[in-house]
Amino acid sequence: MKKLINSPGEVVGDALKGMAAAHPSLRVADRVVYRAAGPRAGKVGLVSGGGSGHEPLHAGFVGYGMLDAACPGEVFTSPVPDQIIAATQAVDGGAGVLHIVKNYTGDTLNFELAADLTEGVEVAGVLVDDDVAVQDSLYTAGRRGTGATLFVEKMAGALAEQGAPLAQVARVAAEVDGRSRSFGIALTSCTTPAAGKPTFDLPDDQVELGIGIHGEPGRRRAPHAPARELAEVAMDAVHHDLPLYGDLLVMVNGMGGTPLIELYIVFAEVEAYVRAKGARVARSLVGNYVTSLDMQGFSVTVCRLDDELTRLWDAPVETPGLRWGR
Amino acid sequence: MGPLMDAAFCAAWLEAAALAVAADRERLTDLDAAIGDADHGANLDRGFSEVRQALAAGGPGQPLAVAGVTLIRKVGGASGPLYGSLLRAMGKALGESFTLAGFAAAFQAGVDEVARLGKAVEGDKTMLDALGPAARAVAGAVRDGAEPRAAFERAAEAAREGALATVPLVARKGRASYLGERSAGHEDPGAASSALIVGALVTADGEA
Repeated sequence: MKKLINSPGEVVGDALKGMAAAHPSLRVADRVVYRAAGPRAGKVGLVSGGGSGHEPLHAGFVGYGMLDAACPGEVFTSPVPDQIIAATQAVDGGAGVLHIVKNYTGDTLNFELAADLTEGVEVAGVLVDDDVAVQDSLYTAGRRGTGATLFVEKMAGALAEQGAPLAQVARVAAEVDGRSRSFGIALTSCTTPAAGKPTFDLPDDQVELGIGIHGEPGRRRAPHAPARELAEVAMDAVHHDLPLYGDLLVMVNGMGGTPLIELYIVFAEVEAYVRAKGARVARSLVGNYVTSLDMQGFSVTVCRLDDELTRLWDAPVETPGLRWGR
Repeated sequence: MGPLMDAAFCAAWLEAAALAVAADRERLTDLDAAIGDADHGANLDRGFSEVRQALAAGGPGQPLAVAGVTLIRKVGGASGPLYGSLLRAMGKALGESFTLAGFAAAFQAGVDEVARLGKAVEGDKTMLDALGPAARAVAGAVRDGAEPRAAFERAAEAAREGALATVPLVARKGRASYLGERSAGHEDPGAASSALIVGALVTADGEA
């Protein structure tokens, strides 16, 4: 499999060099991506992170109105506590720091270790677990954090920018997660730079239903079908778990290897589905935001909005991956 | 009581484990590709390379504790903190010299720490399915008055059997749990790497 890399071991470092060079608004130090402007006194700091390979998540969402720092791990591997501790201490403006953590064993372990070891900073955490493809139970690792991570980072970021205290930012972040659900479908696997070959083989006439964002297989395979039917499978799964009504924020997210034209085809079907349920797409986002390297496919993430969340979504944001209103 | 073992044995164990992980790197990654995200071999090999560097640097500290902190700080993912906590707990319990009974108790303490951090129990299709039986095998060998060599051989056998016994299980923890029923029919990569690391005890004892 051809890749635009120098060597498999240097992928993350080389990409961070490029991000720093391309975006003067960012500062990269010791595998942490910061806002170049530094922390603002009295503002709650937002730190997220996770494995690399999901770009623009998370480093592409560092900037005004979203994150203060992102900690990228190796490809599909959570960051280490040292990165998270350094980021937490650096972005504290005296009002405490919120850790936004996707629910994976590695991410929660490393963020918990970091929170325990960070001295002199008040730390709160929010766990994102929006993926309805995973059966949740008391005895399992629980649902994965996927597309809703972007919603949490955007809305909590807007609230922090307005000067809200840590407890309130954490509460709203958890509320956004609670009101959000996702489901993903893959047309192909992805190829990690270390493995150099696709993580799983998927015949041309098959799709994987219920995939996450690490190239792991989904819950089951099904025959490939027109976009209308695939969108319906995804939306049925979401609607079954979170009945759709009222105003919705809907993201149709590409997994990294899907052309935008196809994502818009999916979005048209998703919008029609929402309308048929008597709900309304009040806000939308279409594009590659929470990706899985070169995987082809899409995920759909829905958040049930209220007035406050709509205002937070509309608030100005200025990051490499998301910008409006400023 | 058996003969005394020392920190040099721990260093030899880590070296043997590093070689075993490097040799089986592709197999571990292939196991992970089936039910995870295809990086377990690469990550663990990277972690044990860091461990070898840290030990070669010759700083102070029990080798297992040094290795544990290195894995926690350098590897990331779940395997870094989990293997790191196993080794760090063992290093803290062992000190410079110890008996086989002391080793057995430290091993069990390390395994308990993995279970606590990972919020997992045996049967969840994780590394605990190899580590738990291995720790009990060492403790059983101590009760039988066995020599270290025999104890480690029993531990290695128990870990291998435990890893293979994960094949039919449906994962309840870790990344394989996202596959639900589809995780059955595959050996758990974490249990497989645990069996390698426990197996390295035998190699290390042969060299010590």
